[in-house]
Amino acid sequence: MSAMPKPAAAAEPLVEVRGLQVAFGRGPKPVRAVNGVDLTVARGETVALIGESGSGKSVTLRALLRLHAPRTTRIEGSVKVAGHDVLSLGPRALADYRGKVASMIFQEPLLALDPVYTVGRQIIESIRRHEPVSEADARKRALELFERVRIPSPERRLDAYPHEMSGGMRQRAMIALALACRPQLLLADEPTTALDATVQIQILLLLRELQRELGLAIVFVTHDIGAAVEVADRFAVMYAGRIVEQAPVRTIVRAPRHPYTLALLRGRAGGGHAMARGTRLLTIAGSPPDLANLPACCAFAERCTFAEDACRQGVPPAVQLAADHAVRCLRTDATQAST
Amino acid sequence: MSEAAAKQPRPLIEVRGLVKHFPLKGKKADDGRPAVVRAVDGIDFMVYERETLGVVGESGCGKSTAARLLMRLLDPNAGEIVFDGKAVGSRDLPLKEYRRQVQMVFQDSYSSLNPRLTIEDSIAFGPRVHGVAARESVERARDLLARVGLEPRRFAERYPHELSGGQRQRVNIARALALQPRVVILDESTSALDKSVEAQVLNLLLDLKEAFGLTYVFIGHDLHVVRYVSDRVMVMYLGQVAELGPSDVLFADPLHPYTRALLASMPTMDPDRRTEEAPLAGDPPNPINPPAGCRFHTRCAAAEPGCAQRVPRLSADASAHPVACLMYEPGSGHTKAPGAKVAA
Repeated sequence: MSAMPKPAAAAEPLVEVRGLQVAFGRGPKPVRAVNGVDLTVARGETVALIGESGSGKSVTLRALLRLHAPRTTRIEGSVKVAGHDVLSLGPRALADYRGKVASMIFQEPLLALDPVYTVGRQIIESIRRHEPVSEADARKRALELFERVRIPSPERRLDAYPHEMSGGMRQRAMIALALACRPQLLLADEPTTALDATVQIQILLLLRELQRELGLAIVFVTHDIGAAVEVADRFAVMYAGRIVEQAPVRTIVRAPRHPYTLALLRGRAGGGHAMARGTRLLTIAGSPPDLANLPACCAFAERCTFAEDACRQGVPPAVQLAADHAVRCLRTDATQAST
Repeated sequence: MSEAAAKQPRPLIEVRGLVKHFPLKGKKADDGRPAVVRAVDGIDFMVYERETLGVVGESGCGKSTAARLLMRLLDPNAGEIVFDGKAVGSRDLPLKEYRRQVQMVFQDSYSSLNPRLTIEDSIAFGPRVHGVAARESVERARDLLARVGLEPRRFAERYPHELSGGQRQRVNIARALALQPRVVILDESTSALDKSVEAQVLNLLLDLKEAFGLTYVFIGHDLHVVRYVSDRVMVMYLGQVAELGPSDVLFADPLHPYTRALLASMPTMDPDRRTEEAPLAGDPPNPINPPAGCRFHTRCAAAEPGCAQRVPRLSADASAHPVACLMYEPGSGHTKAPGAKVAA
């Protein structure tokens, strides 16, 4: 591997995404999944990307590891992680980067893990790909990782195949695999969505603990606001491929300013704003815009109760309501009055 | 709360001692007998007319098997289902007639629709099988499409793949209602939808319930949603009923240690009061070899040696809030049981 970039100053963010655009398909109407995302993540910080299907949250996450097929994807903008210019890495450097600097855990470990190798073998392979250590030392590290993510009888489980483990255990094993080469950035794509509530909270607490002890930065993609509140320092709410609101978790939960964030929080049955039984849930009328046919204005305007003519004239810029609170909305005066 | 049930405490469905074991080919259990998955292992409950009964529990607790038994998509190994005073499958109430009255909506909106039928034909299919004239069936289908918020002129001729997930689930709901059933079983029907779409579908379900006087059995894993829709909630653990009570009471004051742990596992929504410790460790045990005695004792904070020996019984039938835990069973030997003597 070529010389590692010099250690960055503490103030420099670990992740810096600027003007990220991702489009799929090469026809005349590509699907514009991400349309100008700016995102910075400090070392040791946990950021939750919140949004619904098609909001571009997973596409943004995958771009951080450059997982999109180059033939069918058009990526623009810049993605810098720990000094690496991710979008211009050569094949070899990209392989070095994946797993060593940033790694990912997925929603469904049964699909993400290789079914024909034991979990231990997969961890050992990953360690030895990146570091010149012996098989025995790598196995020792794998065992430590299993203990760290609290897999019971870890020695025995190292030799288990993914299908021999329960769902919660598999998710722990995948976290162990992701941490095998001591990355600085952990990307988590809906890591608890497929789990039972009792197991979900265990995994969320594990992520929080690992983040604290290893100083990891985590980008956590989810549609479950509750799960995000449990782990994240900061929220970035996405809609139609843009971050529409970005703020610390307390601000988002207590004083959201984007109408979409407001609607998301209010629409939760029994959520933050507890909905009594028998009353109707507040819903967002209409459906998300067609990403192959995005309007040249605020993408939420047609569903927004606060929208006025100006909202349909152009994409609203990000308004800085506070040093750490940015909103892409022209009507923050109205949303403030409504909360 | 079951105000409706208090006024007219008429059980529409009575489930007694329902059991479903799935054999595992060529495997033996620890005791040497052929291994079976004890998916549903003796459950009793009632569903009152016009109520919504919520069913919750972890994966593998038997809630979906219970739903399929209730629909009689599976034959039980033991036990019976009584619908409106008549035993299901008896001469009084043949299966075909029962299934007209009880319908189901599944989780996967796509695989539960025939991809080669337009949605109008899918909805009209049931009534035609049950002898309604073709023309009237189609009319009913269009009527129902309008009721579930899909403009018939725009949608009737479409195929399932031309719809979004939320729209397809509306079609499934319309199809379930096409036979004018009295009970609809909703098995994780809104779980796969985005939250904002889920909210729309939940609103629709509540409207339809009101309009057609329906009774719902609502199976879910999102406890917020179950609390929101249900009058009463049944908590299942490893094929058995742990607790069953009015939604408000059960969520405010859960009795069973498992229910308490389940509720405490819900994310908080308050960044200043995050969960500090997971209420339960590990995954649920395997329903092939469930623990002896109380099935929850291996994960229970209040477990005592006696819990591994004695099987708790779901408390008195007359109680509005039965619970299967030795702590609430007089003379069970648990030190917290009513009337327990120290060193009993």
